[in-house]
Amino acid sequence: MNIIVLMKRVPDLVEDLEVDDTGKALDSEYLKLTLNEFDDHALEEALLIKESGGGEVTVVALDDEGVDKMLFTALAKGADRALKITGAGEVDGNLQLARMFAQVIGEQPHDLILTGVQAADDRDGQLAPTVAALLEMPCVEVVNGVTPGEGRLTLHKEYAGGVLAEFEVDLPAILGIQAARQTPRYAPVSKVRQVQEATTLETVADTSGAAPSEFEVVVMTPPETGEGAQMLTGVEELLEILETKGVIG
Amino acid sequence: MSQDVLVVAEHLQGSLNDSTFEMLGMGKSLAGQLGGSCSVVLIGGDDAMVGQLGAADGVVRVDGEGLVDFNPESHAAALEAVVSAKSPRVVMIGYTSMGMDLASGLAVRAGMAHAASCIAVEGGERIRATSQIYGGKMNVTTDLGSGPCVVSVLAGAGPADVGRAEGTPTQENIAPPPTAGRIRFKGLVEPEAGDVDITTQEVLVAVGRGIGNKDDIEVAEELAEALGGTVAASRPLIDAGWLPKTRQVGKSGLKVTPKVYLALGISGAPEHLEGMKGASTIIAVNTDKHAPIFGVAHYGLVEDLFDVCEELTEKIEERQG
Repeated sequence: MNIIVLMKRVPDLVEDLEVDDTGKALDSEYLKLTLNEFDDHALEEALLIKESGGGEVTVVALDDEGVDKMLFTALAKGADRALKITGAGEVDGNLQLARMFAQVIGEQPHDLILTGVQAADDRDGQLAPTVAALLEMPCVEVVNGVTPGEGRLTLHKEYAGGVLAEFEVDLPAILGIQAARQTPRYAPVSKVRQVQEATTLETVADTSGAAPSEFEVVVMTPPETGEGAQMLTGVEELLEILETKGVIG
Repeated sequence: MSQDVLVVAEHLQGSLNDSTFEMLGMGKSLAGQLGGSCSVVLIGGDDAMVGQLGAADGVVRVDGEGLVDFNPESHAAALEAVVSAKSPRVVMIGYTSMGMDLASGLAVRAGMAHAASCIAVEGGERIRATSQIYGGKMNVTTDLGSGPCVVSVLAGAGPADVGRAEGTPTQENIAPPPTAGRIRFKGLVEPEAGDVDITTQEVLVAVGRGIGNKDDIEVAEELAEALGGTVAASRPLIDAGWLPKTRQVGKSGLKVTPKVYLALGISGAPEHLEGMKGASTIIAVNTDKHAPIFGVAHYGLVEDLFDVCEELTEKIEERQG
């Protein structure tokens, strides 16, 4: 089975995020980007499927500063090929990104396309269903367990309250992965370095002609927190509250 | 294009979810701003559900084989048939598991603008939608232009009460379009039972990504024990397999309403807040003073969760002798 994993880098939410002088975007000066955590689960699921039934895993990402390390890491984990989309210019929004990915998918052998269910910067929709609509492929979002079969696969989709729905989906298909069947594996730095020295990343030029979103951001602000929390100075005050609430005697 | 608003109802196991009523409340006010009507699209579902949609100006139903249970393919096709027949200005869809299978595809296929993860929508000549992104750390308002648009709405974006009313709204039926049948619903799988039920606990000590590694959950377990409560967690810890799914609080987990919810190292992404904002008292401990959790917490402490856990457990145990 030929599996393509679509990956994207998003702002690291562990860091403080600041709005820039335009008031419409994040300040890129201190912005640290990191692999979308759900894409890491998508890669893990792809590797598990390959390990159980054979096949080839190709990871695809937009070329940007720092993407090489992410792609080498994917190769070190067990992906067979890594493709960088070059010459894309300014990218704004998932619809534009989806058009680029759709073009690349069309040029590569594919049975199954996996990507993260969502990403921290999804302003205009999710990647999986957007790519699926462009390619007229079946798509299921919020997937947390895939069992491949002949020309089809069985999967679980998560609903609220821990209820799952089981679906059977014909291939080729696109899935938005919520969680892989196991924790995404870790690639030791030494292995990544080894791969980096022995491998060259493949590049594919963007010829999709996809334009940035025509729907402009008017304003970006941190959410108003209303009154917000009453801030405590230490554990003693916390104890008093627990006492007032009758939780401790 | 009309100036009408269509709200897509969502139901599971015979019940409409809160999100449907929240969107109906928001949709009515939006329709007022646009000078149009606000109808609900009910795919599958039954007459009892229609009776709960009295706040709507009308209900557009699509029924048929393959629409009884949610199916990403057949429900998307049904919704697209309704949109094509009604030509609405705005389609509101829940930013939920089911909604994610509908919204982006509809926007692409019908050539509509799309704003995801929305907490507010304003109507006028142009539609402006505010999305909460970056894990709840930023609100982004997008100008969706003067054409038709899809807005995916976060659960809890508006009060459900406004959209909840019994009544007999006018009904219209639209025939389900044929589909290729490439996605087949096989059945529902209920969550495993056997673990503690976190929805009935009075005290929850909830841990998030800040806990760092699996072995350190023990620290929270000790505190929970001292408080007579149970440990719950946010999604990343469950996905990592550190705690069972039965302990997950949030959008794809459980909704909890304990007396005290102590959030340790949880940043407060909208998906998590959805599951716990109904707790009577929320106390958040986080080293990041800008963490969105402090926006919903009643009390906050900017400190290392391990220091707090240890000191708190020790002091409670001292008191208990």
